[in-house]
Amino acid sequence: MRTFLAFLSITSVCVAGCQREERQLRLDPPVAAALDEIALMPNGIGGAPPETYFALDTPYETNAYNLSEGKRLYSWFGCKTCHSDGQGGIGPAFLDGWWSYGPEMVSIFASIRDGRPHGMPAFRDKMTTEQIWQLAGYVQTIGAYAAKTGAPGRNDEKQTRPAENRAPAAMLFDQGPKPVHRDQGTTP
Amino acid sequence: MIRELHGLALASAALLTLSACTGRQSALDVHGAAAINLKQLILLIVVICSIVWALVMIALISALWRKRDRRERPSSIDPATEHRLTITVVAAVIITVVIIGAFTILSFFATRTLNVAGNDDLTIKVRGLQWWWSIEYFGSTSGQRFETANEIHIPVGRNVRLQLEGVDVIHSFWVPSLAGKQDLIPGRPNELIIRAERAGVYRGQCAEFCGLQHAHMALFVIAEEFPAFEEWARLQRQDATTSSSQEADAGRQAFLAKQCAACHTIRGTTANGTTGPDLTHVGGRQYIAAGLLETTRGSLAAWIADPQTLKPGNNMPMVPLNAEELKSISAYLAGLK
Repeated sequence: MRTFLAFLSITSVCVAGCQREERQLRLDPPVAAALDEIALMPNGIGGAPPETYFALDTPYETNAYNLSEGKRLYSWFGCKTCHSDGQGGIGPAFLDGWWSYGPEMVSIFASIRDGRPHGMPAFRDKMTTEQIWQLAGYVQTIGAYAAKTGAPGRNDEKQTRPAENRAPAAMLFDQGPKPVHRDQGTTP
Repeated sequence: MIRELHGLALASAALLTLSACTGRQSALDVHGAAAINLKQLILLIVVICSIVWALVMIALISALWRKRDRRERPSSIDPATEHRLTITVVAAVIITVVIIGAFTILSFFATRTLNVAGNDDLTIKVRGLQWWWSIEYFGSTSGQRFETANEIHIPVGRNVRLQLEGVDVIHSFWVPSLAGKQDLIPGRPNELIIRAERAGVYRGQCAEFCGLQHAHMALFVIAEEFPAFEEWARLQRQDATTSSSQEADAGRQAFLAKQCAACHTIRGTTANGTTGPDLTHVGGRQYIAAGLLETTRGSLAAWIADPQTLKPGNNMPMVPLNAEELKSISAYLAGLK
C-alpha cells in the first residue's frame, strides 16, 4: 500500500510537470475579428477591450509566447527606428514609465492600429489584429510598472536596457513633473 | 505461416532500407564533387572497419569456444608460447596504428580539396530564417543582383560559392547529394563550395534543429546546363510580369492594399517588405513554404487562407480576406512566373 501511494505521488508530480504554457498558434478568424472591436474613450486615452479578450484570459499580457512574438514584430515593423530599444528618439520612450496615452493595453493597441498625431503611423494595413495585440503586449512590458511572470527571450547582443522580465525599475522612471507631450501641458 | 510472415517482414524492411539510398535526398546517391569524395572515403572506412570487426569477432568466438587447459598450473607457459603471444600482441598494435594513421591521411587528402575554389566562381548568399531560406545572387553589376527563396539554381560542372549566414537562430545547410553539412550561424559568415556534376533537382534540408517547423525547412538545388541557367537568371533579374487578366490585376491591387505587402517584396510594384520571402517570381518556383507544397494556384490559395494549419507556428499570419480577394490574389501569385 505504501509503495503504491509513493508511486502514485511520484506519478502525479511527473504528470503535473507536463502542463506547459499553451501556445495559441492559430487564432480563429471570428475571434480575431472580435478582438478588433475595442471601445476607446473619445479622447483616445483608455477604454475597454472586447469581452473576447477577457474570455481568452488576457493572453497578450501574460503569455510568454505572445510576448516573444511581440518582440519579433517590434523589430520586424521598424519600431526601433523611432522608439529605439525603448529609450525613444524621434518617438517617445517606453522605459521611463511615462505613457502619453496611458499604460492600458487598449490605448497601446489603438496607438499602433490607428496611429497618433505627431508622427506615429497607423499599422492597420500592415499587421493583423493578432499581431497588433502581440506587439502591444510587448510594448507594455517594456515600460511595465510591475514585473510579469512571462517574458520574451533575451537578446544575443549586448544589453542596452534592463531585461523585459525585470521588476519595476523605479530608478529608471523620471519622477519629476515635466512636459510629456505637447498636447498634455506641463503635468501628465 | 509465421516463418513466411517473418521472411516477408525482413524482405520489406531490407527493401525500405535500400530505397532510402536513392531519390532526391541521399548521401549515397551522389552527384556533387564534394559528396563523391566523401562517399568514397566513408565506403573505404566502412569496408576496412568491417574486416577488422569480423577478425576480432572470429578471435573472440574461437577463444570462447576453446576448452580450458587441464594442466595443473595453467599460468605457467613455455617460452615458445610466450614468444608467440608477444609477437601477436605487437603485430595487433602495429596494425591498429597503421590503420588509424592511414585513415587520418586519407581523410586529410579527401577533405583538403573541399571548399577550395577560385575567385571567378558564382557567389550566392544563403540566409537561413525560421523557417525558410533567402537566396541572393550577385552579379558583376548592381543591376544583376536579385533575390529569391528556397530554390537555388546552379550551372552544372562549375564551382558555386555559397555564403551562409543565420539570421535568427543556427540553421544548417545540407544537400546530401552535393556536399556535406555546413552551419548557418548568426554573426559568423560561413562558406561552402558546391559543384553538381549532373543536371537534376537535389533536395536539401535544414540539418540543425531550429524550432517548431524545422522539419518543414527544405530547399531545392536545381542544377542545369549553363545556357538554361543563364536564361533563368535573366528572367529572375526582371521585374514581376505585369498581369494580363482582369482577375490577376484585381489580385495585385488586393495584395498591395492588404497586409501582404508589409512583409513581401514583388519587384516592379510598391510591395517592398523584407521580412518574408521575395515573391517576384513565386509562380515559377517548384515549391512554396520551403518545400511544403508544390506551387499550384490551389496550394497558394490554401497557404494564404490558413498558413497556421499547414505549418503551425510559422511567421506568416492569417490575413483576413474574403473569397473574391483570395481567388484573385492566388491567381496573381500563380501567374508570377
